[in-house]
Amino acid sequence: MSFPWAEQYTPKNPFMKWMDERLPIPRLVYNSVGAGYPVPRNLNYFWNFGVLAGLALMIQIVTGIVLAMHYTPEAGMAFASVEHIMRDVNSGWLLRYLHFNGASFFFIVVYIHIFRGLYFGSYKAPREMVWLLGVVILLLMMATAFMGYVLPWGQMSYWAAQVITGLFAAIPLVGESLQQWLLGGFAPDNATLNRFFSLHYLLPFVILGCIILHIWALHLPGSNNPTGIDVKGPQDTIPFHPYYTAKDGFGAGVFLIALAIVVFFAPNFLGHADNYIEANPLSTPAHIVPEWYFWPFYAILRAFTVDFILEAKLWGVIAMFASIIVLFFLPWLDRSPVRSGTFRPKFKIWFWVLVVDIIALAYLGGAPAEEPYVMFSQIATIYYFAHFLIILPLISRTERPLPLPNSITEAVLGKDKTTAQPVAAE
Amino acid sequence: MVRVIGFLVGLGFVVVLGYSLIVGAIAYFTEEESGPTSYDYHLYAQDVSFPSDGPLGRFDRQQLQRGFQVFREVCAACHSLEYVAFRNLTEIGFTEAEVDAIADQWPIQVPTVDENTGEETTRNAVPADNFPRVYANEVAGRAANNNAYPPDLSLMTKARGEGAAYLYSLLVGYQDPPADLPEEFLPTTGLYYNPYFPNLNLAMPPALFPDQVTYADGTEATVQQMAWDVTAFLIWTAEPRMEARKATGWAVLIFLIFATVLAFLSYKNVWRDQKH
Repeated sequence: MSFPWAEQYTPKNPFMKWMDERLPIPRLVYNSVGAGYPVPRNLNYFWNFGVLAGLALMIQIVTGIVLAMHYTPEAGMAFASVEHIMRDVNSGWLLRYLHFNGASFFFIVVYIHIFRGLYFGSYKAPREMVWLLGVVILLLMMATAFMGYVLPWGQMSYWAAQVITGLFAAIPLVGESLQQWLLGGFAPDNATLNRFFSLHYLLPFVILGCIILHIWALHLPGSNNPTGIDVKGPQDTIPFHPYYTAKDGFGAGVFLIALAIVVFFAPNFLGHADNYIEANPLSTPAHIVPEWYFWPFYAILRAFTVDFILEAKLWGVIAMFASIIVLFFLPWLDRSPVRSGTFRPKFKIWFWVLVVDIIALAYLGGAPAEEPYVMFSQIATIYYFAHFLIILPLISRTERPLPLPNSITEAVLGKDKTTAQPVAAE
Repeated sequence: MVRVIGFLVGLGFVVVLGYSLIVGAIAYFTEEESGPTSYDYHLYAQDVSFPSDGPLGRFDRQQLQRGFQVFREVCAACHSLEYVAFRNLTEIGFTEAEVDAIADQWPIQVPTVDENTGEETTRNAVPADNFPRVYANEVAGRAANNNAYPPDLSLMTKARGEGAAYLYSLLVGYQDPPADLPEEFLPTTGLYYNPYFPNLNLAMPPALFPDQVTYADGTEATVQQMAWDVTAFLIWTAEPRMEARKATGWAVLIFLIFATVLAFLSYKNVWRDQKH
């Protein structure tokens, strides 16, 4: 793995030497997140978010395992068992608020991580597999989060299960049978709750496995960096430990402070009030909305309002899935040899339009399905697909990139020279 | 090849969406002005604050006890408090003897099984019991209330978007319908006009009248006072662990800020002679 000048693991005491010859786990750790992994020296704070996503997953797994000890996956008892956790389990309120808000924070850091990859071209050769595994992880996270949202068996839980499985009913011929197969019945009920609980417990460990592959695939070419240019020699890198472990420690502190502020002082801010009403199949909420992290996709789903060869609902479902599937093809849609957006004047502009577009989609997905919101979400959805499928391939042909620095070290020292000048003038 | 197919797929989505957009836009701009809707008469919740608001907010136990009195003497006739146990009342300042008495004298008994015959029967509540349901089931509740089921109040302040302010506004918000109210929004039999309720007409009759309860601490029992007290009580029932949450929060935050400052200093120290 990695570069020839990477530091080699040398066991310091007889036990570690004995261990290294039989099961070299310390060596694996040393080479993965220790001094044995050389990393470009110029990473900015956006490179903290991969580690933060791993931290968020760990928080979810630990709190989730303990919550599962107190939760009852039975349609008549699930809602009451969550209230039991909130009231009678020691620090149960803390576990549940951490788990519930932890999911939101997991998505916040993963979305920032993805935008980082988009801007600095981390999806391009030779890191296509890293990107593809990342999209798989995103899909698994969405499935896990959706099924977790059903477990408290509140009104939004129930109707989210109804609406999301209903998407599959839009598929011609097999749709309705497929929905019934997913639900284990004609409507969400105990069978649904049980299988969602089982899968909600399983999938995080599948995510963990994918993360191991994601990191493995990353460590062959090594990390990308803000200049996007390849590492040329030992002077361009520094060991992961202690340099980036120290930086990630600081990043983790800031992340935990933000999480703590929400968990302790605004724990229900990111949730929906209706989920504190027990599920009632006979009463449909006025506005059914998913959790905020699904809003952009929900806006795309609802943007299709007119039948055109296919039913409008089916178009919406296809487009919603396509909006993520398109990310799988990104490494082959954008053929510009330059990775970093810093040196791509046209790409940079369109990138920020995309950021604004996705934030707009998120807002529109949370808004009621009324005009004029629907018209704006149609415009925003047009841009989303046009960005990836039309604009990116075109600008990677026509754009003239800025001159690249010769090496990472030159980029770092060059920046240093400009900041040093005013001091010299004194 | 990928780019050619991608371009065509992209074009397809753009065309279908563009078509939807044009159809929607024509409908939107040619739509005729419709008459007033219930939205036009709906009011947002009043601006009201509670001692438990904010990161430093704590419950006022005296107020919670007054609120419990209002709940017991007014609300409990129709509304249940399923997720709260009598024993929890010690947390708002009642003594164990008082809680014993409250449970024992609660007008609704708790279902149980006769020890000798095994037949279903009822007994007086004990502190370990949750507040018993008012109606045996939803059908019974609807039958007794003109087909409107009085919801459980345990989580009510968390279960409404506008929270406690909404509850307070609803309790003090009963009034005569405005003169210009279209006929279709006028309350029919068994409904009462309340602009804070989303569809304006509420099945719950006005519940609070001046001096309806006699507060032991001498507080004057105005409608506003009783609504404020019972809402505060329901903030507590919705989240009895709120004070522990905020206290823990401050300890965690102080620790994390301290740890993060140390982490920042060690980061700067580790990197002190690296150009980056």
